[in-house]
Amino acid sequence: MDLALEILPQVLVDGIVLGFMYALIALGYTMVYGVLEFINFAHSEIFVLGAFVGVEILLFLQSAGQLATLNPAFVLLLIIVAGMVVSGFAAMALERVAYRPLQGSPRLVALISAIGASFFLQDGLRLFESLWRNTFYLTYPTVEILDRTVPLTASLVVPVKSILVVVTALIMLLGLYLFVNHTRVGTAIRAVAQDPDTASLMGVPVNRVIALTFFVGGAMGGLAGVLFGLHYSLVNPYSGFFPGLKAFTAAVLGGIGNIPGAMLGGMVLGLLEAMAGSYLSILTNGAFGAEYKDVFAFVVLILILIFRPRGLLGEKVREERG
Amino acid sequence: MALLELRDLSKRFGGLQALDRVNLTVDDGMIASLIGPNGAGKTTLFNTLTGLYAPDEGEIEFQNRSLVGLKPDKITSAGISRTFQNIRLFSHMTVLENVLVGMHSHLHLRLTEIILRTKNCQLREEEARRRATELIELTGLAGREGEWAHQLSYGEQRRLEIARALAAQPKLLLLDEPTAGMNTTEAQSLMALFKQLIGSYVRAILLIEHNMRVVMGISHRVHVLDYGEKIAEGHPDEVRQDPRVIEAYLGQGAWVEHAQR
Amino acid sequence: MKGSVAPIGVLVYIVVSSVLAYLHPQSVLAFLLFESSLLLIYYLPAQPKMKFILGAMVLLVLLPILGFINAYYLEVAVQVGIYVALALGLNIVVGFVGLLNLGFVAFYAIGAYLWAIFGSPQANEFIAGGFFPLAPYWFFIFLVFSIVVGAMTGVLLGLPVLRLRGDYLAVVTLGFAEVVRALVNNLDKPINFTNGPKGISPIEKPPLFFQPALEFFGAQIAAAKLYPLYFYFLVLFLVLIIIFVTRQLEDSRIGRAWKAIRDDEIAAAAMGIPVVRMKLLGFAVGASFASAVGVLFAAKQVFINPESFTFMESIGVLAMVILGGMGSIPGAILGATGVTILNLQLLKGLSLWLNSVRQSGAVLSLPFLGSFALDQIPVQFEPAKYERMVFGLILIVMMIFRPQGILPPRQDKRN
Repeated sequence: MDLALEILPQVLVDGIVLGFMYALIALGYTMVYGVLEFINFAHSEIFVLGAFVGVEILLFLQSAGQLATLNPAFVLLLIIVAGMVVSGFAAMALERVAYRPLQGSPRLVALISAIGASFFLQDGLRLFESLWRNTFYLTYPTVEILDRTVPLTASLVVPVKSILVVVTALIMLLGLYLFVNHTRVGTAIRAVAQDPDTASLMGVPVNRVIALTFFVGGAMGGLAGVLFGLHYSLVNPYSGFFPGLKAFTAAVLGGIGNIPGAMLGGMVLGLLEAMAGSYLSILTNGAFGAEYKDVFAFVVLILILIFRPRGLLGEKVREERG
Repeated sequence: MALLELRDLSKRFGGLQALDRVNLTVDDGMIASLIGPNGAGKTTLFNTLTGLYAPDEGEIEFQNRSLVGLKPDKITSAGISRTFQNIRLFSHMTVLENVLVGMHSHLHLRLTEIILRTKNCQLREEEARRRATELIELTGLAGREGEWAHQLSYGEQRRLEIARALAAQPKLLLLDEPTAGMNTTEAQSLMALFKQLIGSYVRAILLIEHNMRVVMGISHRVHVLDYGEKIAEGHPDEVRQDPRVIEAYLGQGAWVEHAQR
Repeated sequence: MKGSVAPIGVLVYIVVSSVLAYLHPQSVLAFLLFESSLLLIYYLPAQPKMKFILGAMVLLVLLPILGFINAYYLEVAVQVGIYVALALGLNIVVGFVGLLNLGFVAFYAIGAYLWAIFGSPQANEFIAGGFFPLAPYWFFIFLVFSIVVGAMTGVLLGLPVLRLRGDYLAVVTLGFAEVVRALVNNLDKPINFTNGPKGISPIEKPPLFFQPALEFFGAQIAAAKLYPLYFYFLVLFLVLIIIFVTRQLEDSRIGRAWKAIRDDEIAAAAMGIPVVRMKLLGFAVGASFASAVGVLFAAKQVFINPESFTFMESIGVLAMVILGGMGSIPGAILGATGVTILNLQLLKGLSLWLNSVRQSGAVLSLPFLGSFALDQIPVQFEPAKYERMVFGLILIVMMIFRPQGILPPRQDKRN
C-alpha cells in the first residue's frame, strides 16, 4: 500500500501526459464522427504521419548541422506547425480520395474503405521511409532541452518534454474550443454536425465544411504525433494503431461527436491506463501485470458500449427507428 | 369474441404524447379501420402493438394473453403480422423468397435436419414453397415468383408485402395504408381480397387507411384517432357523421366532401 | 457440336498447364496458369457433372501428382485451402448476416491453440501427470471439439456485442481479437497456458492411418513425403464440408432469415424472425469454421505463436471476402485464392526478382529522370512485406468501384 501511494504522483503525471495526447488524437475521431457519423479508421495514420514529419525535419536539421545551433523553441515550433499542417492536408486528401466517393453508401462501406486507407497508409509510410532512409524505424534526435527535468516536489521530477506536451495540448484545446464555439466557421461545423441537410439549406457549403473538419481533426492528430515522437523518441509506421484505437475509446468514453467529451475521455483514459500499468499487478497479486495495459482500453471500450453507449457527456443514443 | 383488446394504451416520445389512453377492440371475423389525420398516432399504435415500442401505460391483450413487453418476433409468433406504411420488402430477395421469409416461424426444423437435408426438411421446404406460391397467386402476383422484389411496381410491392405478412399465418393482420398510391381499380381489387381473407386466411384485419372509399367499403367498425386520443368509434356511417370526426378533419376538403355524400 | 468445344478447350488447357508446371517447377507463372484452370472450369458453360469431373481431375489427381514431385505446390494449395475455409466462415458473418467482424482471427487462434496446447507437451505445464502430448489420433477428436468451442466462443462474444450498431460492432470485435491475442501472448504466467510469445512446439500431426494400406500395395513412401499430401487432402475435405454446410444453410429458413436481417432488421423481426438468435447462430457457425481450420493449421505448422493471429490476418480475410463478393460462396473462394496467391507467389516472386535485379549491378536509365544504379535499391524495400498495402488497396478500390465484389451472390437459380 505504501508503495502504491509512493508512486501515485508519478503515475498521475504519466496519466496526465498520456491523457492529453489521447485527447488530441481523440478530437480527430470525434470531430469527424460529429459531422459524418463515421469512424475515420485511418486517423491513427494521420497521427503517426505527424510524428514522421517531426523526425524527418529534425534529422534533416541534424544532418545540416543546424540542430545544435538553432533556438530550440524555434525548432519545436517549426516541427509542430509542420506536423499539424502536413497531417491536416493529408486528412483532407484522405477524405477526398477514400471517403467522399462513398458519401451515399451504407456506413459500413465507408468504414471498410477507412480500414483499407489505414493499412495502405501504414505501408505507404514504410515504403517511403524504406526508399528514403533504408529503414522505417526512426529515432528522434535529442533536443537537449527536452530531457532536462523540472522538480515539482521533493520526490517528483517531470521532464520538460512532458510539460511541453501538457502546455501545448492545453493551448491547442483551448484554441479549438474557441474556434468551434466562437467563430462563424466553427458554428458552421457545429451546424453540419447537427443537421447537414438543414445546414446546406441555410447556405453552408457542407462539403467544404467537412473538408475543413478533417483538416482540423487531422492537425490535432498531427500535433499529437509530433508530441508523441518527442516524448517517446521511437516511431515506426505501425505505432499509430494502438494509440489510435485507445484514443477512439477515449472519444467514445467521453461521448462520440462531443468535443469536450473527447478531452474528458482522453484524460480519463490516460489516467486509467497509467494506473492500470502501475497498479494492475499489485491488485491482482502479479497474475495480470502491466503487459495488459494495452488491452485495458479495449476492455473499457467494450464495457462502455455495452453499458453506456452515449459515453460520459454524449446525448442519449437514439434507437434506430423505422 | 374479442381477439384483440387495447386498454388505456399510452406512449410518449419526449414531450409528445403519441398515444393517450387508447381503447380499442377487434373481434373475430371483423375488418376494422383505424383512421385519423396525419400524425394522429396510427402507425405508432401499430408499432406499439407489434412490439417495436414499449408502451408507457396500458394493456395489450390478444386472445386473453398480454403482449406487453414481448419482442416483435414473439408477437408475430403469437399470431399478429403486419405490413408497413413505407414498404419494407427485402429488396435483395425474390418475390418467392420474401414470402418464404414470412414463414420462418412455422418452418420448425432442427439445425441438424437442415444441414443434413433430411427427408423431413425437404418435405417441409416443398410444403412451404407450395404455400408461398398459393399466397403469391392469391395476391395477384402469380408467375412473378422469380423476380426481384425491387423490380415490382409500387402496387405489386404492396401486394407482395401482404402475401409475406399472410405467410406468417396470422390470426390478426395489420395493414398500414395498404392502398396508398393505388388507383381505384387496384384499391377495389384489394378490398375484394381483404373480404376474401376473413375467415379463411385470417380471423380479423385492422387497417390504417386514408382512402375513405376503402374504409367505408369494407369496414365493420371504424376507430378514429386524433392527437393520440381516440375520439370516435362505430359503424362507418355513424363515424362519418360524427361532428368530432368532421372537426378533426376540418380543412381537408376531400373528407368534408365525402362526409356530405 | 458447340457444346463440346468449350469443355475440350478447357481440357486441353488443363493438360498443357499441368505439363508446363511439371516441366518448370520453379516457375510461378506455370503454376498460376495451372491454378487458373479451376477458374475456367467454374465458368465453363457445361453440365455440372462435366465440371465436377474436370474439377475432380484437377484437384484430386493432377495437383497431388504435381505436388508429390514438387512439395511447394502442395504447400501453396494447403495455404490457399486454409484461407478459403476462413473466408467462407467470415462470409457467413459479413456476407450473409451483414455483421462486420474485424476480429475473426480470434476464433482461428482459439482453435489453433486448443490443439497446440493439448497436442504438445505444453499442457503438462498446468496438468500434472505427463499425459501430454495426446496421441496423434486425438487430432480428429479435437477437430470436432474445436467446432463446439468455436461456436461457444462465437456465442459468448455475440451476446453482449450483437445489439451494437454496425460500426461499433466492428471496433468491438477488433478489440476482442486484440484481447485474445494479448491473453495468448501473456498467459505464460502465472500459469503457463500458452507459453507466451515463444509459441508452442512441437505439435502432433494426425496419424498416417493409411500408411499400412499403402505399404500393402507396395508403396513405400517416406512420412515426410506423405504429410504434405495428407494435409492437402485434409484441407480439401474440410473445405468441401464447409461449402456443403454453408449451402445447406443458405438454402433454408436460416439462410433466408440471415439475408432478411441483413436487408432490413426491423421487417425481419416483424416477420417472426428471432433476430438476436439468428445473429448469434451466424456468429457461431462462422466461428466454428475458423476454429476447425485452426486445429488443422496448428498440426500442419508444428509450431505456432501469437504472431500468426494479428489484426492484419483478420483484415486479410476480410479483404478476401470483399474482393470475391460478400455473401457469395464462389466469391469467397475466389477472393481467398486470389489474395493468398497474390501474397504467397506474386509478392514473393517480386521480391526475389528485385533481389536478383539488385545483384545484377545493372543501371536503369530513364529519359528526363537520369540513371539509377539498381544495386542502390534499398535493402529494406521488400515487396513480400507489403501485404498491408495490398489489403488496403483492395479494400479501398473495391468499396469505391465494385462493392459487390468480383463474383456477387448469384441470384436465385431455382424456383
